[in-house]
Amino acid sequence: MRKPVLLPLLALILLHVVVLFAGFFSPYDPAAQYRDMPFAPPTRMHFFDGAGEFHLRPCVFRWRADPGAADVYGEDRRRCYSVRFLVSGAQYRIAGLWRSRLHLFGVEEPATVFLMGTDEYGRDQLTRLLFGAQISLVAGPVAAALALAFGTTLGALAGYYGRWFDEALMGAAELFLALPWLYLLLAARAFLPLHLDTRRAFLVLICLLGALGWARPARLVRGVVLSAKEREYVLAARSFGATDLYLLGRHVLPQTRGLLLTQASLLIPHYILAEVTMSFLGLGVSEPDASWGLMLAGLKQYHAMVAHWWMWIPAVLLVPVFLAYYALAQAIGGIEDPRLKRPV
Amino acid sequence: MLSFALFELAPGDYFDELRLNPAVSSQTISTLRQRHGLDAAMPLRYVRWLGSVLSGDWGISVAYNTAAAPLIWQRAGNTLLLTASAAFFAWAIALPLGIWAAAGRRWRGISVTLLTVTLVAVPEVLIVLLLMLLASEFRAVPLGGMHLAVPGTALMLSALPVFVAHIRTAIAEVLDLPFITAARANGVPRLRLLIRHALPAAANPLITLLGLSIGMLLSSGLLVEAIVGWPGLGRLLFEAILERDLYVVVGAVMLSAVLLIAGSLIADLLLYAADPRIREES
Repeated sequence: MRKPVLLPLLALILLHVVVLFAGFFSPYDPAAQYRDMPFAPPTRMHFFDGAGEFHLRPCVFRWRADPGAADVYGEDRRRCYSVRFLVSGAQYRIAGLWRSRLHLFGVEEPATVFLMGTDEYGRDQLTRLLFGAQISLVAGPVAAALALAFGTTLGALAGYYGRWFDEALMGAAELFLALPWLYLLLAARAFLPLHLDTRRAFLVLICLLGALGWARPARLVRGVVLSAKEREYVLAARSFGATDLYLLGRHVLPQTRGLLLTQASLLIPHYILAEVTMSFLGLGVSEPDASWGLMLAGLKQYHAMVAHWWMWIPAVLLVPVFLAYYALAQAIGGIEDPRLKRPV
Repeated sequence: MLSFALFELAPGDYFDELRLNPAVSSQTISTLRQRHGLDAAMPLRYVRWLGSVLSGDWGISVAYNTAAAPLIWQRAGNTLLLTASAAFFAWAIALPLGIWAAAGRRWRGISVTLLTVTLVAVPEVLIVLLLMLLASEFRAVPLGGMHLAVPGTALMLSALPVFVAHIRTAIAEVLDLPFITAARANGVPRLRLLIRHALPAAANPLITLLGLSIGMLLSSGLLVEAIVGWPGLGRLLFEAILERDLYVVVGAVMLSAVLLIAGSLIADLLLYAADPRIREES
């Protein structure tokens, strides 16, 4: 029974660890530009150098721009530059706290290693993908936590105390659910200045998602609380003189655990997508910082879309991430569903 | 009301952007503001605005320099066309697929689940961009402009998995009921059993889904419109936000809510017509 949870959970944890140490796994600084190499294709690793000799250590050739056509590159096979591991390079921070210069791999200048190619400014896509994930993949869980915290608090209060508060709150929830969510998000985004620096844009987006997303979890939590507070053991505890706070925390809210976990694994991919969409539309994170939506915005240019397949990588990578979250939601739903656990 | 309140908090309006333009004097700007009624106090403006909305005047689009209402209505018509055709095709595909998956052996259910889960996990951005790529590679359909093929298919694909999953569950639940077993024992042919007996019994949740799907389609449609360039409500809203065009934003959001509520109202009425139990209750 535990197995279906473990697999997606491990995959997601692994992903987030890699993203946390983005600086270590990426060879460059996310804003570093190689202006002479826009839209360079992914660098190929070779085990045979230009003379055809075998090396265990992989090496790369430099890209040489084709003088005849724009954004066309060929390998300069005169010298094969060895790829070095655990090298010192551009400075970065881990979780915004610890500084480091250590990179998993790199190659000596003037050669470059772009495992996923470069974008229009000649910035390394792999580096930007990893640093962008620090925004795109983190926005989802944080915003979901905010929305669920809001929703649970309000829903529990409404369900537990009922009366006018319940009616007012459910009316408000109705109002929030009556608007298509993307329209609501855009309308709310409209009341903030258009151009924000990345840190603020990120905070704004998270707070908006959290503040607009409370309605559905609040309704669901309210339903669970309504039925839970009528149970006999709650009545018994109350007759022993338990306070409201104790009852809520000890007997009522634990009932919502399964619901909240399932909601979280459904909301997170939803909010990841919301961040990607907003940044893609130019209303989220702005240059020079990276976010997956912002990287995809490059695809709005026709030639980037058609000619440079590596520009699609962020969008394609979203698919396994979402699949992992949905698998998690399914598995949690299966475990936490009381009908499966305890046939009453 | 919510949308108006949100926009009231917005720092600056369309004319702030004008101020940056040295060719426009501050005198002109204050005259313009006065003409558009942007200099009054907030509550006064709200009352004025509410009154005018009810009488059909939705304010003025400063960016297009026309009345906002006809602009919004015209765009809403395009959105409705896109949404309705996408919804129609999504239902046309999802209904047989969902029934087929529910009625057969396990492998059918599993294969359809795999398909829907994969489709759900593909972000809309990717669907739209891939379709545009395909369209441009094969030059089969014109890109951009008013051609329905790319935006319609994209929207259809984004709604399809949800529909299929719901239809499949609804039908599967009905197929477990005793009256189906009885009908089968009476020798009702398989296809007739599914379409005449199971489908009407499963209609309730499906009609509810029809109402709920409007909001979903509108939200996905916004993104599709913005990327493909379909001149609909979503794209209008997106552009109006970038241009700080107050009345258009408010009007577009309001109309999207109206469309959504109209959708659930229609679903309720259909439910009323389809289910005698609900008629009995009321």
